[in-house]
Amino acid sequence: MEEIVEKIKELFNDMLISYEEKEMPVFIIKKEGVHDFVKFLKDNDFSILLDITAVDYLKWPEKKEDRFEIVYHFFSLDYNQRIRVKFSLKEGESSPSLTPFYKNANWLEREVYDMYGIKFKGHPDLRRILMYDEFKGYPLRKDYPLKKRQPRLEGLKDD
Amino acid sequence: MGVEGGNFFTTKFDSILGWARKYSMFVYPFVTACCGMEYIAAACSHFDIDRFGAGLTRFSPRQSDVLMIVGTISQKIAPVLKKIYEQMAEPKWVVAFGTCAVSGGIYDNYSTVQGADKIVPVDVYIPGCPPRPETVFEGIMKLQEKIQNQHQDWRWKK
Repeated sequence: MEEIVEKIKELFNDMLISYEEKEMPVFIIKKEGVHDFVKFLKDNDFSILLDITAVDYLKWPEKKEDRFEIVYHFFSLDYNQRIRVKFSLKEGESSPSLTPFYKNANWLEREVYDMYGIKFKGHPDLRRILMYDEFKGYPLRKDYPLKKRQPRLEGLKDD
Repeated sequence: MGVEGGNFFTTKFDSILGWARKYSMFVYPFVTACCGMEYIAAACSHFDIDRFGAGLTRFSPRQSDVLMIVGTISQKIAPVLKKIYEQMAEPKWVVAFGTCAVSGGIYDNYSTVQGADKIVPVDVYIPGCPPRPETVFEGIMKLQEKIQNQHQDWRWKK
């Protein structure tokens, strides 16, 4: 496993912002390098994409320059090892899609789009997955009002 | 209608019909969440819901009398619930099973309907997260009481 980490540090020297050893290796990279980085991971036995999620740093105590952060988790069956990859995004900026490499990225990215409104460039079918189509706004954004309710009215009105 | 003691027959018939109905409830379980486990526990032989005549679970709304809303009702499934309620034939009753169906429970957020009574009229509320089978039976007995004392809707009178 150490070899892979060393190799990543060597190959992606210019894209890597920081590397930390937490409960798993955590890589913070630049947005431009995501596709190359993920392709490298996929070619080096990180065959499972566990999760894609995002973080909204709007009300984070220390001001961050970029509002969102996308978080990927990968898993390797050969090394029995997880890996975390993060990169930050400005508001309104679209993220590269992982659908060319991992089929399950399709639904995971739709979920991130549904909850945070982050668009994924190159996604084949980007629409809401959990909420209904009439839903306005993105509920997991920190500026979505906590008590805001949007009942689904379809089929509920008495005609 | 001019006949002395005319109400005698209808009230007696009401009570006979109520007696027959309360011991032959066909339940449609609308299971959406973890309360379903407790519903299964209540329905199976250890607690045995059949002692109350509600043992014949029908998985078709058209064949059932009692709509049991078991679990969280999200905004997305609300139209489905409404449609199922409308598909059921009269007479029909609705039981809200568990805290989520009663009031939304801990899910006071954008995605959850704050109580099934926002969608369909509810007859009996069974609280608990999830309710123990004893609580479920208490609720079913309350519903039986309600069915027994219900004044029947006589269509020929209209």
